[in-house]
Amino acid sequence: MSTNKEVFLSVKNLEVSYSQARREVRAVNGVSFDVQKGKTLGLVGETGAGKTTIAKAILRILPDPPAKVKSGEIFLGGEDLLKKKEEDMLDVRGKKIAMIFQDPMTALNPLMTVGDQILEVLLLHNDYDKAAGMREAGRMLETVGIPAERYAEYPHQFSGGMKQRVVIAMALACNPELLLADEPTTALDVTIQAQVPELINDLKMKFGTSMILITHDLGVIAQTCDDVAVIYAGKIVESGTKEDVFDHPAHPYTLGLFGSLPDIDSRTSRLSPIAGMPPDPTNLPEGCSFHPRCPHATDACRKGQITSREITPGHFCACIREGGN
Amino acid sequence: MTAKQQYKRPNAVLEFFGRMTKAFSAKLGVILFVIIVLVCLIGPFFSPYDVNGIDLINMFKGPSKAHLLGCDEMGRDIFTRLMYGGRYSLALGLCSSLFGAAVGVIIGSVAGFFGGKIETFLMRLMDVWAALPGMLLCILVSNVMGSGFFSTVLALTVGGIPGTVRMIRGQILTERSKEYIEAAQSINCSSFSIMFRHLLPNVIQPVIVTTTMGIGSTMIMAASLSYIGLGIQPPNPEWGAMLATGKTQIRTYPHMLLVPGIAIALTVFAINLMGDGIRDALDPKLRD
Amino acid sequence: MAEELIRVEHLKKYFKVPAGINHAVDDVSFTINRGETLGVVGESGCGKSTLGRTLIHLQEPTEGKMYLKGKDITHVKGNELKKVREQMQIVFQDPYSSLNPRLSIESTVMEPLKRSKRFRSKKEMKEEANRLMELVGIDERLRMAYPHELDGGRRQRVCIARALALKPDFIVCDEPVSALDVSIQAAVLNLLMDLQDQMGMAYMFVTHDLSVVRHISNHICVMYLGQLVEKAETDELFENTLHPYTKALLSAIPSVNIHRPLKRIQLTGEITSPINPKPGCRFAARCPYATEACQQPQQLEEVSPGHFVSCCRVKEING
Repeated sequence: MSTNKEVFLSVKNLEVSYSQARREVRAVNGVSFDVQKGKTLGLVGETGAGKTTIAKAILRILPDPPAKVKSGEIFLGGEDLLKKKEEDMLDVRGKKIAMIFQDPMTALNPLMTVGDQILEVLLLHNDYDKAAGMREAGRMLETVGIPAERYAEYPHQFSGGMKQRVVIAMALACNPELLLADEPTTALDVTIQAQVPELINDLKMKFGTSMILITHDLGVIAQTCDDVAVIYAGKIVESGTKEDVFDHPAHPYTLGLFGSLPDIDSRTSRLSPIAGMPPDPTNLPEGCSFHPRCPHATDACRKGQITSREITPGHFCACIREGGN
Repeated sequence: MTAKQQYKRPNAVLEFFGRMTKAFSAKLGVILFVIIVLVCLIGPFFSPYDVNGIDLINMFKGPSKAHLLGCDEMGRDIFTRLMYGGRYSLALGLCSSLFGAAVGVIIGSVAGFFGGKIETFLMRLMDVWAALPGMLLCILVSNVMGSGFFSTVLALTVGGIPGTVRMIRGQILTERSKEYIEAAQSINCSSFSIMFRHLLPNVIQPVIVTTTMGIGSTMIMAASLSYIGLGIQPPNPEWGAMLATGKTQIRTYPHMLLVPGIAIALTVFAINLMGDGIRDALDPKLRD
Repeated sequence: MAEELIRVEHLKKYFKVPAGINHAVDDVSFTINRGETLGVVGESGCGKSTLGRTLIHLQEPTEGKMYLKGKDITHVKGNELKKVREQMQIVFQDPYSSLNPRLSIESTVMEPLKRSKRFRSKKEMKEEANRLMELVGIDERLRMAYPHELDGGRRQRVCIARALALKPDFIVCDEPVSALDVSIQAAVLNLLMDLQDQMGMAYMFVTHDLSVVRHISNHICVMYLGQLVEKAETDELFENTLHPYTKALLSAIPSVNIHRPLKRIQLTGEITSPINPKPGCRFAARCPYATEACQQPQQLEEVSPGHFVSCCRVKEING
């Protein structure tokens, strides 16, 4: 299935840090990954792992200062986005790459009708006249499962799930080639949440959009992604296809994440959480960042850089232990 | 036990003071303020001039060796008058601002905390109160209470209270919906303890800022009070009054306006810096 | 037979809102036994938090009765209320807003100790506070720290220590782990279960997360827009789900098992408003099985021993 891979977006050795009260917060520490055309890559990690920073770095919307991209390259269709001029980025944003934010409640302007908000995006990037734009905006609403008759309604008249659909419609309005979805389900209720991955899957089929899905929810990843990258303390500790990572997790952190989840299918007597706390990004431990919490840490883990190895074709793991688990 | 507490107390004060002056700006504010206060308190004893001594030869004289900050329209030494007047202006500004803030905070927290009919009554009262012009209230107070330090403080205070009440009430309403207040209720904290231990410390910040900012305007407002027979009466000096007389001579003898103006500005500046320091010292998020 | 600790009968809590009357909790009844956990599951706005808050007297119930150890506590006041509160505590969802930012960790934990009359000196209180902090796994060096210096997991541990301080028999856990990261969530869940084993208190565990609730509860109540739709022993509820809403809820959980076939029940239709609701089944607008009969008021019926469902079509739907 992964024989003719066409890399659409390629991030190489990205490093981002924030300066905070004269200290350096190392949010992203050398992250590399590829997104295949028409495929979805899931970035999983906990709060503060650097997931959102990566997405914002790709769109170049990091607040600078305090954030600073220290090194790295982000290739989109052969061009390094980090070297582009700000004016040229305006064309990339929205048209080539669009982002869906976590909280649909704050992503919409409460004083504009939902249809007009989609229209605004459309007019910004296309040369429709207003009537054609409105027709198109109505069509976008239908695409995400909202009747076009609700064009003239305001965000407060929509439920949370519907608002998230509007946000998705806005993101899709210009038919972007890459969609960045930052925790698109977190702010929603369970039964509403379920609709979003479904919608995303449908749209992916329909438009062939590539996607990066950022979440802390392994369940959402399981349903929507083709490839998975697990992030810990600003580094990718494990990556591979969904099958690789979910069926044969190798890195102790990935294993720990799975162990922490209560299983809905059976009742376990006790969960096995990961010991300790996520590291302080201003003061990352030497060697493998995970070693203070790792049950298998050895002296070799405490010193020296741990590089990522390919344990089976396409399945990478940044751990020195033989064969992972 | 008691010995231990006695030992601990000055420590807490020192610690608070240390944290308050941690920032350079706050340190500057404290130093400036202490200098201003000391000069006003001690200075007049060393002045060779009588504060109200008229000397028509030196009318409107600019700053010189003999008269460091010059003389006013009756040839009185401005520096001496500034120091004398400072005692009064400082005391008036500080007392009325603090008193106003205290009354406003109490009414505001009662309204915000108890809600219901008490709140409706207090807030409608504040609406009426705020609708009356400040000067009218001043005249009212002066008629009822006569002149004197306390009645002047009261007159300067009344106008500002509704603002503080509204601010505190709004803050309390937001803060009260937070879960730590419910947690305090469920561990049987009394209403008193919830209000003073939990709510008030978390809503007091904006009051500190507006109060320190308000001290300057209070000093200026004090000047206009002498017209209605409140406050200090001429020829005794006071910063606001000095500013008012200086205003008429602004083109010909600007020093008469500038000297009290700068004095007020410096004092307000120092107090604002101190206010920021106090606010930061009260905020545990800024601890190291 | 386990000893009954809490009994709630036909509890109602209505709020006046500008648009009418919000039926936040509408006729809910259940019992909780000593040392057991009742899970209350539902989506936002289903009244599960209101239920918890009403139970521990942070809000006055509109109607219905609540009993603690057989004693009617529905309208207790004054000293009586204080005694009741000592026996019932709450842990909130958001560990950021449930701690006073201006009190140190130690002061926070000592606060309830000061209110109880068990201690004679400050020293005794400090010792007890230290014991509690050790119990929940807070390092001694963090005693003088302030809430903002701790991460969510530790803050939640402080909240648990505060709740334990009065030695309650019953704790309402209002989504205590949903604001936490997965790996930290597991540790807090383990802590809650260990404490229950050690001290034998009962929990009411309010959450929207079905996998968490399955893990921790003995019995489960499923709520939808203020009403109880299904109530059963945990395994029974998961293995023999009867109410269409519970089924949809279960099917909506994203499973980490990528090989499990998805049998998603898609819900269509708009969520009914809990403000001035019509008398019928509140789920009917989204229910795939809804008929005319669903517009009538529904009764909670015991379908099999201990398994209650509020659905007039339960027999037809489940064959």
